[in-house]
Amino acid sequence: MTRRTWRKFESSLALSLCAFAAFIGLFWLVFILGDVLIQGIGALNLSLFTQDPVPPGMDGGGLRNAFVGQFLITVVATLIGVPLGVLGGTFIAEYARGKVIARVISDLSDIMVSVPSIVVGTFIYAIVVLPIGHFNGWAGAIALAVIMIPVVLRTTESMLTLVPWTLREAAFALGAPYYKVIVQVVYRGAAAGIFTGVLLSIARVAGETAPLLFTSFSNNFFSTDMNQPISSLTVTIFQYAMGPYDDWHRQAWAASLIITLVILLVTVIGRAIIKVRYQK
Amino acid sequence: MTVNIEVKNLNFYYSGGVHALKNINLSIRKNAVTALIGPSGCGKTTLLRCFNRMHDLYPGNKYEGEIIFDEENILSDDVDLIDLRSRIGMVFQKPTPFPMSIFDNVAYGLKLRGVRKKADLSERVEHSLRQAALWDEVKDKLFQSAYALSGGQQQRLVIARALAVEPEALLFDEPTSALDPISTAKIEELVEQLKKSVTIIIVTHNMQQAARVSDETGFLMLGEMIEVGSTDTIFTAPKEKLTEDYVTGRFG
Repeated sequence: MTRRTWRKFESSLALSLCAFAAFIGLFWLVFILGDVLIQGIGALNLSLFTQDPVPPGMDGGGLRNAFVGQFLITVVATLIGVPLGVLGGTFIAEYARGKVIARVISDLSDIMVSVPSIVVGTFIYAIVVLPIGHFNGWAGAIALAVIMIPVVLRTTESMLTLVPWTLREAAFALGAPYYKVIVQVVYRGAAAGIFTGVLLSIARVAGETAPLLFTSFSNNFFSTDMNQPISSLTVTIFQYAMGPYDDWHRQAWAASLIITLVILLVTVIGRAIIKVRYQK
Repeated sequence: MTVNIEVKNLNFYYSGGVHALKNINLSIRKNAVTALIGPSGCGKTTLLRCFNRMHDLYPGNKYEGEIIFDEENILSDDVDLIDLRSRIGMVFQKPTPFPMSIFDNVAYGLKLRGVRKKADLSERVEHSLRQAALWDEVKDKLFQSAYALSGGQQQRLVIARALAVEPEALLFDEPTSALDPISTAKIEELVEQLKKSVTIIIVTHNMQQAARVSDETGFLMLGEMIEVGSTDTIFTAPKEKLTEDYVTGRFG
């Protein structure tokens, strides 16, 4: 074998290995998404959104309570997590820039991002659910917020760092105090990036089950009372998928499809914003 | 000759302890252009940034000596920096438009100072853009993003923004080093025009530029003011050997 053919052989070997690995990854992705799509579409119907669950064995019923509960928990989590994340990111990127505390918070956030979400769930169980004495919606929202904060914080930090320092100096040179420089100039420059980070963090928590199992738990009835256990799509999917009834399985598939589509949509919007804003 | 800004025995130390400016003495003439030239790292930008106390943004920097502006030492601790920076504006090396519309960019300093009425703002914005010779190019797109302008236009926009608050002096930190020759010519022309109403201090790497636009020139090296004088003298008959070597291009 000449050197030339050997090199060609090596090249095509490497290429096939890469392609094979990519194929394996893609296969499962398409398989899972395709399965959710096929099974989910078959189970979709209007009553899923308009009716509450009926006792097992009876026909019909829907998951209205879970949709509403999921929405409430996610909105409250966003309202708690986003301001804290953005302000925290602002602190480490602006006021504490270059200081040790900034590095410490930043590194701890990175660790927080990869902490298993069930750990967050049990943590909130210990500090919120136990003192109150029962599962409740607030606890679920707080658990999701805790997961969001480091994501939003790190995105905010990196987006603010991307805003050129000279822009701040230019605003200072016009006599602006620091808080106005941040709010009126720096935030504006980083707005698209921060907004994208927020969207992606919502997508990240919207699919979480484990932290809700220990906090907001579940509720078979329609409820908007955040002081009581409240239903969520993810926990319902978990319970229904584990249950023995075909009806439950169908509804779990439909709920999976909906939640997947919503997360996909939010992610796509987020990426589209990045593309429009930063690749021009 | 009216002296506008008087630098007396100025020493400046960066937070790491670097002694960046050594015993600088300099008189800045009112309504004239003073150029600061010198090799890289000589302290000319450091000196420029003393006039609007830009160094205060970073902890640990230390001034010694005085800069007298309007009978007041602007290096003293009780100077209102917001007020000082509206009286002495600054234009940077790279254009620094804010991420907002052309109008909002120019109005920014005015709004900071509490000008709220739409009519007042519009009038001052138009006046400043005319002063910066940009009005005709942007009057139809005042509410579009400032980022849509070319680099040269952005630099004139930034000058308009600085002019809007009617400063008494303007600091230029190598304002044309990121621009093409045509834009550079426009900025230089503008500097000529502006000196009728404002005192100008300009830092430049480009000696031809210093010779073209300035009335007075200060030559700095290693943090020391080697020679100050009329631009003609500095470029044709400098007293110091170092100055002569530098302006004739023997080093730099």
